[in-house]
Amino acid sequence: MDESGDVLRVRDLYKEHGHHESLVRAVDGIDLDVPTGQMLAVMGPSGCGKSTLLHLLGGLERPTDGEVWLAGRRIDTISERGLARLRRRAVGFVFQAFHLVEELSAAENVELPVLLAGGSPRAARRRAALLLERFGLADRARHLPWQLSGGQRQRVAIARAVANRPHVLLADEPTGNLDTTATLDVLRVFEDLRAAGQTLVIVTHDERVAATADRLISMRDGMFVDDTRLAGSTTGRLDGLIRLED
Amino acid sequence: MQDALLAMLAKEPSYGYHLRTRLRRALGPLGESMNAGQVYVALTRLEKAGLIVSERADGLPERPDRKMYALTPAGQQRVAAWLAEVSWPKPDLADFHLKLTTAAAARLADPVELVAAQRRELMRRLRDAQHAALAEPDDSTAGLLLEGVVLRLQADLRWLAACERAWSGDENRI
Repeated sequence: MDESGDVLRVRDLYKEHGHHESLVRAVDGIDLDVPTGQMLAVMGPSGCGKSTLLHLLGGLERPTDGEVWLAGRRIDTISERGLARLRRRAVGFVFQAFHLVEELSAAENVELPVLLAGGSPRAARRRAALLLERFGLADRARHLPWQLSGGQRQRVAIARAVANRPHVLLADEPTGNLDTTATLDVLRVFEDLRAAGQTLVIVTHDERVAATADRLISMRDGMFVDDTRLAGSTTGRLDGLIRLED
Repeated sequence: MQDALLAMLAKEPSYGYHLRTRLRRALGPLGESMNAGQVYVALTRLEKAGLIVSERADGLPERPDRKMYALTPAGQQRVAAWLAEVSWPKPDLADFHLKLTTAAAARLADPVELVAAQRRELMRRLRDAQHAALAEPDDSTAGLLLEGVVLRLQADLRWLAACERAWSGDENRI
């Protein structure tokens, strides 16, 4: 963490794809500060650059120009090896299509990043058991991914993503493949993580996912067009939501 | 609410207090603001309309003035008619649509800004509804009502997204 308390800091960020006439500015001059513990949602139409932004934040892609700071460290200029290490420890990724290792059980999927980061098998087992229990999957630990429902697979993927206690969890359309019940289960897991102080950045099409965030950014053509604080702005009163005729 | 009260009395007579408890359970967190008076006002109206009759029952010490309500034949007919009815609340979108068109035509305000402000307001409502839905257990019937509220807000937000696309695409639109 840097002194400002922002776990993520982005300055004047650009990412271009293609050349000349086919040049696309996927990210077109973005500044962003994400305070530690914030749950941030980014919404926007397909192709607005929100996934590219997420990749830049997590070191999956390098920007054309600008700076990305994660936990007080500039990451857009570090070496490939440094980036690989960063992706293993400092950030956690969750994708729409889960990307679990199909040959490994739920527990083994969660243990894997701990082992890759140099943790002992025992520490890995303990961490996986704890997370699966916390996310309501204790009785699914020995199951292979294909034996799990979509919602269960995504919760395993989230457990894997936070196994190494990353500074930030980055999620790209985490409920894109899920039905309502499974979406609620995933939202409960995010809520649990947020309550524990985890910083989350979630790119989503789903208004109901975005509505649970502390802050909502709208993106269009590679730029931010709106930045709204949702937390603390609502009354929490529900009586205005329905009209009950006498 | 009157129709729901009648339907609750279709099987057997009941006390006002009991009816209110059943209503609140069905509505869950969305019924928390319903005050006791609302149910009794509705019952009085139904009685005046000849759809129910009341009879003072032997009171308990802590609630001496209990009334037992029962359906009349006219009330029974009304319940049957209510169940057969297919009326549905109409989405009230014309007002906002006209706000956008008139504001743009007279250059009173930027429609895209109006849409953005409206979107923020709906997102806040969705947030309240979504948090309430997350707090409900999976098997709650009130959770189903919250799900309906959430889906409607989601539909409205998608319409606003369509409005935003249209109004930001064509500056000279009237």
